Amino acid sequence: MSTFLGMPAARGGSAPDAAAPDTLAGVGRPDDPLHWGASFPDAARTALANQQLRRNLGNATSTIRAKRARVVGEVPDWEELRDAGSALKADVLARLPELLEQLERNVTARGGVVHWARDAAEANRIVADLVRAKGTDEVVKVKSMATQEIGLNEALAEDGIAAVETDLAELIVQLADDMPSHILVPAIHRNRTEIRDIFLERMGDAPPDLTDVPRELAMAARAHLRRKFLSAKVAISGANFAVADTGTLAVVESEGNGRMCLTLPETLITVMGIEKLVPTFDDLEVFLQLLPRSSTGERMNPYTSMWTGVTPGDGPQEFHLVLLDNGRTTVLADEAGRSALHCIRCSACLNVCPVYERVGGHAYGSVYPGPIGAILTPQLTGEKSDLPYASTLCGACYEVCPVKIDIPSILVELRAREVELGGAAPDTSDRVWQAAMKAASFAMADGDRFRRAARVPRVLRAISRHGVIRRLPFPGSLWTRSRDLPEPPRQTFHDWWERRARQARQEDER
Amino acid sequence: MSDARSEILSRVRDALGAAAPTPARIPRAYRPAGEHAAGSDEVLDLLVDRLEDYRAHVHRVTAAGLPGLLADLLGGTPGRVSGRVPGAAPARGARSAVVVPPGLDPAWLAGLADVDVRADTRDAPLAATELDEVGAVVTAARVAVAETGTIVLDGEPDQGRRAISLVPDVHVCVVRTSQVVQTVPEAVRLLDAHPERPLTWISGPSATSDIELDRVEGVHGPRTLHVVLVR
Ligand code: SF4
Repeated sequence: MSTFLGMPAARGGSAPDAAAPDTLAGVGRPDDPLHWGASFPDAARTALANQQLRRNLGNATSTIRAKRARVVGEVPDWEELRDAGSALKADVLARLPELLEQLERNVTARGGVVHWARDAAEANRIVADLVRAKGTDEVVKVKSMATQEIGLNEALAEDGIAAVETDLAELIVQLADDMPSHILVPAIHRNRTEIRDIFLERMGDAPPDLTDVPRELAMAARAHLRRKFLSAKVAISGANFAVADTGTLAVVESEGNGRMCLTLPETLITVMGIEKLVPTFDDLEVFLQLLPRSSTGERMNPYTSMWTGVTPGDGPQEFHLVLLDNGRTTVLADEAGRSALHCIRCSACLNVCPVYERVGGHAYGSVYPGPIGAILTPQLTGEKSDLPYASTLCGACYEVCPVKIDIPSILVELRAREVELGGAAPDTSDRVWQAAMKAASFAMADGDRFRRAARVPRVLRAISRHGVIRRLPFPGSLWTRSRDLPEPPRQTFHDWWERRARQARQEDER
Repeated sequence: MSDARSEILSRVRDALGAAAPTPARIPRAYRPAGEHAAGSDEVLDLLVDRLEDYRAHVHRVTAAGLPGLLADLLGGTPGRVSGRVPGAAPARGARSAVVVPPGLDPAWLAGLADVDVRADTRDAPLAATELDEVGAVVTAARVAVAETGTIVLDGEPDQGRRAISLVPDVHVCVVRTSQVVQTVPEAVRLLDAHPERPLTWISGPSATSDIELDRVEGVHGPRTLHVVLVR
């Protein structure tokens, strides 16, 4: 174990607050899904002291990184697909009003009903009213980030409607009264033994001799949800893509719970952020290649469902589409940051992030954790936030992003803005950044993984071009103090990191 | 109501500013098609490799051999449905029944004289609970993608309602070799003739990666997928 950067981390689990025993109970459901929990440094410290959590995260993220690398490596035109995906999303944003209207026309023409929701409360009310009108008090749900973001389940519960999560990981999170800690695998912070214990304690109908073999756990979930699928009257889903020129919606999934929800109930309600559009049906050929390989590391996910309005005699005969703003137009107004709306929620940036890997999703205090969460969360809420400091700017996220979102540059932009606005107090941002660096030092010590990351010079060029600042805000200031900006430095972040590490080691030895 | 629709649309317009939107030129340097022809040996071998990688069972037969193979897979006594998942509930009587869409070629089923074969149509659909009592489903397909090991159903009469290929535990999907293309774009270009049809893209049996990100086959969808390639 190296004491990298001379910052000996509390890795041994000997920190005072490390004593908390592993517990099944989750973190509870917060009032604001985009802003909850302890501050990043405090949450990160607790997370770093939790050996079980670090092991779970380390195993899971290294597995998925390897799988992704393998299946991306076999696609000869991966970079061309990324270029197309990025350009398509930019085009969608540039033409958003006309494409939204086109989508609405096409969904309506095929028997669907389109609703518009300015914010979370409005979306929740629309959905609750629709469910109540169907005279049911239980709905089945397909995993959806949009409904997590608006706290739909809690809002429905207040109206006496039980929303049953049917995605295995969402079910685990729901049973444990927990929050998701990953975009794709919300229960990534749980290992198989913890999942078994949660099922035994809280599922109600788990076989008493249930073991922690993943296959058995999956079978227990199948048995538990079967009756609900077969009898549900209303289902609620998100959408991965909505095709403007045909009105087609697409949901990408693995287990078949999505198909169950999208096919069997009489009524389907889909809640979707307004940025989820693609212009034409053929454009799906780009995203159906980018998304599965980036997210689960599969050549294709087991099931993708596409539907266009209502198909007489097949599937739900009543279809509602709720188009959600909830801060997205604010993000759109920010030219430097709007590309965050390109995100297709693949979670690749989380899996490669040296900070996320160590602190986990809960430390970010948002349903959107990791690199994308560090930009999107403050962008959506418009609130002052320390999250832009919860990154080392190593650039690994940009390397893997299938739609080429330049997360490091947006992070720096957001930091600069905080500084200009007199936002985050210098000592707070300092604390957040130190926490991030400390967390990352473990993974960054594995030099090969970050060899290619050389993002900061690019970031600096972007900034000096905008003429926003003459000197980078912290931590860039550490790195650039001796330099005369705006000239872009030649030294890469990695070189700088290496040198600091060497110095730190020498100091340690002295 | 001060309506949400106009407000959101005007927020979007404000956010974008005055600049008139011009449709962007999308760089499409990616492969629009693979190097191998649909139905070629290379493409078929690739599909088989990908399907087996996802634990689908693949069978290659001639048209003349198809009824015999289906009889082998589905024929006769309860519990003979092959690929039964160890530990799954023991077969009850009705579970040997097979559901088929209305437009399936009757000749395919010639070997299933002893089997309770039920037709499901949009006009006279089986209830979900009835489908749950059925052991297997046989469908055709619209197109298959070799590189990703994917089969696409589009709900036409030889494939049926989406529910029939979802609820039964065994799905036998018959694909003509001429329907197998190499790449995703080739399949999308073929499907775009009828984007309004309900589409189901299937790549192996249902699976989850939610437990420690390890793939486990068999959750809510059919736990066993047989793909029959017919020349
Ligand atoms: S920002 Fe990019 S890498 Fe991260 S989740 Fe979104 S699309 Fe995936």
